[in-house]
Amino acid sequence: MAEATANGLGQHALDVGHAHEVPATGISHAEVHQEHPIKLYLVVWAWLFILSTCSYLVDYFGLHGYLRWSLILIFMILKAGLIVAVFMHMAWERLALTYAIILPPILVLVFVTMMVFEADYTLFTRLAFFGAGP
Amino acid sequence: MAETLTHIGRTEPRPAGLQGIAADWSSDQRAFKNVSWGKAMMWIFLLSDTFIFGCFLLSYMTARISTRVPWPNPSEVFALRIGGSDIPLILIAIMTFVLISSSGTMAMAVNFGYRRDRRKTAILMLLTAALGATFVGMQAFEWTKLITEGVRPWGNPWGAAQFGSSFFMITGFHGTHVTIGVIFLIIVARKVWRGDFDTGRRGFFTSRTGRYENVEIMGLYWHFVDLVWVFIFAFFYLW
Repeated sequence: MAEATANGLGQHALDVGHAHEVPATGISHAEVHQEHPIKLYLVVWAWLFILSTCSYLVDYFGLHGYLRWSLILIFMILKAGLIVAVFMHMAWERLALTYAIILPPILVLVFVTMMVFEADYTLFTRLAFFGAGP
Repeated sequence: MAETLTHIGRTEPRPAGLQGIAADWSSDQRAFKNVSWGKAMMWIFLLSDTFIFGCFLLSYMTARISTRVPWPNPSEVFALRIGGSDIPLILIAIMTFVLISSSGTMAMAVNFGYRRDRRKTAILMLLTAALGATFVGMQAFEWTKLITEGVRPWGNPWGAAQFGSSFFMITGFHGTHVTIGVIFLIIVARKVWRGDFDTGRRGFFTSRTGRYENVEIMGLYWHFVDLVWVFIFAFFYLW
């Protein structure tokens, strides 16, 4: 993505006449515009279609067990990554923002771990007191 | 933008990696140097929304693990009868493609917004809104179908009672997000069409002038709605 331009200081590698006002607030405060070639979005769009089709086919062919779950997770993470990185322009944002937004949701995984143990324990007590399902 | 402003107001070259993050965050001015407050606030809102949907999916996971009763098979529950045979999850797959397409048109609308192409921006945003409305319509169809088949928040004909409550909670909240997004897309598209961001016309609610960055901020929200659907699709429908 070398042709992607993410700056507010003029310097547009893109076609068509841009009439950009340059923020006159000093260099370190210049806010960036996210401008990238349309082709990039179309490519990502196509990939999202391909990945969605793949994850649908996982269900269509009725794959089971770890193969199913790992494929679902891989396609999900790839799709999420493409949307956040390209459509939401996170790939071109400054690291201070990227880390502030991307890192906290990872803490949800800690919560997931806790609730897996909790739910297993609930299931254990249910089976112990009520027996297997009706 | 490889500089950072230090606490004594001097601009210095920004160190790379983690040291650059520390320099930005400790600079005593603003942490997000080249990001407008509107965009930063939208990101922080989306972060909080991430936790909301994270908790919904977590509660769904907890309910599904801890129930003694078998979970209904989503592949069969959401199958649609087309041409005499059941096609699993077909409506959900179409909804996924519709939402992804709306994300694509939104990304292009942002692009044309920064190129000051009002016409194309507004048309693409309205197209995005139309695809979003289509999505909500298909979701309403899905809800109607399930409700007539006897799915309730407290039970369903196929298995674990928690299936209904999880389904209505998660997809309902997501559908609400899409609906709100459609409404705001139409509002912002109208502003673009009228040229508000060129003439500096003030908003009816905030009394502030807008910029074409508003289109990008609107886009962030819309892509987030698509992002949440990716997780719902994987965990609720495919798992």
